[in-house]
Amino acid sequence: MKTRSARQYRVRRLAFKAFLYLLAIGLSTSFLFPVVWAFGASLKPLSEVYRFPPTFFSWPPRWANYPEALSKLPFAQFIANTFVITVGSMVGQVLSASLVGYAFARLRWRWREFWFVCLLATMMLPGQVLLIPHYLLFKNLGWVNTYKPLIVPSWLGGGAFFIFLFRQFFKGIPSELEDAARIDGAGDFQIYWRIFLPLAKPILVTVAIMSFIGHWKEFMGPLIYLSDYERYPIALGLRMYQQVEGGSFVHYLMAASVVGLFPLLVLFFFAQRYITKALLLTGSKA
Amino acid sequence: MLHPNRKRHTRENVTGYLFASPWLIGFFALTLGPMVLSLLFSLIQWDGISVKTIRWAGFDNYSRAAGDPDVHTALVNTAYYSFVSVPLSLAVALGLAMLLNQRIRGLAIFRTIFYMPSVIGGVATIMMWLWVFNPDYGLLNGALRNGCNLLAALGIDSARTWELPKWLMSDRWAMPSLILMNLWGAGASMLIFLAALQNVPDSLYEAADLDGAGRWRKFLHITVPQISPAIFFNLVMGIIGSFQVFTQSFLMTGGGPNKATLFYVLYLYNKAFQDFEIGYASALAWILFVIIMFFTLLVLRSSKLWVYYEGE
Repeated sequence: MKTRSARQYRVRRLAFKAFLYLLAIGLSTSFLFPVVWAFGASLKPLSEVYRFPPTFFSWPPRWANYPEALSKLPFAQFIANTFVITVGSMVGQVLSASLVGYAFARLRWRWREFWFVCLLATMMLPGQVLLIPHYLLFKNLGWVNTYKPLIVPSWLGGGAFFIFLFRQFFKGIPSELEDAARIDGAGDFQIYWRIFLPLAKPILVTVAIMSFIGHWKEFMGPLIYLSDYERYPIALGLRMYQQVEGGSFVHYLMAASVVGLFPLLVLFFFAQRYITKALLLTGSKA
Repeated sequence: MLHPNRKRHTRENVTGYLFASPWLIGFFALTLGPMVLSLLFSLIQWDGISVKTIRWAGFDNYSRAAGDPDVHTALVNTAYYSFVSVPLSLAVALGLAMLLNQRIRGLAIFRTIFYMPSVIGGVATIMMWLWVFNPDYGLLNGALRNGCNLLAALGIDSARTWELPKWLMSDRWAMPSLILMNLWGAGASMLIFLAALQNVPDSLYEAADLDGAGRWRKFLHITVPQISPAIFFNLVMGIIGSFQVFTQSFLMTGGGPNKATLFYVLYLYNKAFQDFEIGYASALAWILFVIIMFFTLLVLRSSKLWVYYEGE
């Protein structure tokens, strides 16, 4: 009697485990479907793209879609532009957020706590409120159709959240290091640059990756400020494929999307640890 | 002559302000100044080009918004999206997190796959989804048609001729399409839930086992209260994000069909950058600010009633 119920229990457990695995495999497959589907479409001739019933892949794969897609529009230029905007903003965000974070964590200055409250308050403000004044400001500075509106703001603090991350990290560093350097005659900037910044490498990498991903995907800013298509980043360039009349560019659109996604995929797989850490830091802040 | 201590203080003060100056400049030039300007803009009528065309409008922009049928449509659409999509994606995220919390093998692979879309999502993946949703040649209707054919083979003859949704091209299905696409990005919330689930002490479940509590009771009385800070965080972020939806509707539907996906921020963008109604668009932006603040404070206030913090 006893052995039977034990076996029953084991069978039920096993069935439950099997159900969990089936569920996990089914769900993760469906999460991958859209990307796999688009990749398949990027390797089809146009006639296969418009075939019913649809298939994931057609044989033979038409790799020529890729060079063709990239040459129909100045896609290499779009990629280069994206890198300029993304890296330009990223460097600014890392440098200025760490500098300001250092000021809030380690330097004593009047009204510091008041300014810190102001910093936190800016997180609550939706960007739409600033959209129009920013546009008019940058237009009057003659910055429209340049990368300045997309890059320069990143150099001015780099956003409350990143400053906050650096501040939290710098606060936790013991002051012995700082005192020792001061006795050796190091100035404030040297202490920040030579001692604190190298110590903050994990936060530095995290902020750099988050900033890179954020700017790589940005759409509204470039949409508002850039008018010549030679200056478009990928996000706007893809829209040009989409707008070709009659949908005759669908396979090219898919190929270009795959190319535009590729750097993010690579970054995701190599830096998942850092991205996850940044996300959980956001979460634990609450 | 200054007292040496006082001199040191002044020097520290100057250094502090120097280090913080990038943000301080940004705060005045890009946040505080523009906020004040935006408030003033919302009280005038202007095409944004010549200063001569500025006319004082008082609260006309706000009263115009109150009577604008498009604002009404946009608010209803945005609320529909927000109130369906946020709870739904929280539920999906929590479900996924609980699945991954079952000590299954290959956890890292499943976690990576679920999490990936929320990181890589952007214009490129929107373009991919556009083709998934294509009513005639897309993945979704291809799969549904196969399902119908299977049903037909099983004896339900009418299934072969069932009409499939036209997704983004139908006013009824366009919004559910965008909500479905949003579920694909639930991975970020899932990770926050997963971290919270892993922090729930086992001893609580063991004690409940001794009391003979079932799965559902354990979920309701232990899991939910223990992870309530994570639920709270995901809820706030979800609400704020959902009121600011723009790119999806701009690229996939242009607000259509028949304004079915005319989101609030899309309407604001159209007013500002197509119609150049600086004053009206600024008023719309402040109305959005008030709405977001209202819901954020609502959740924040209510959190005292249902969010459980350790050590309180």
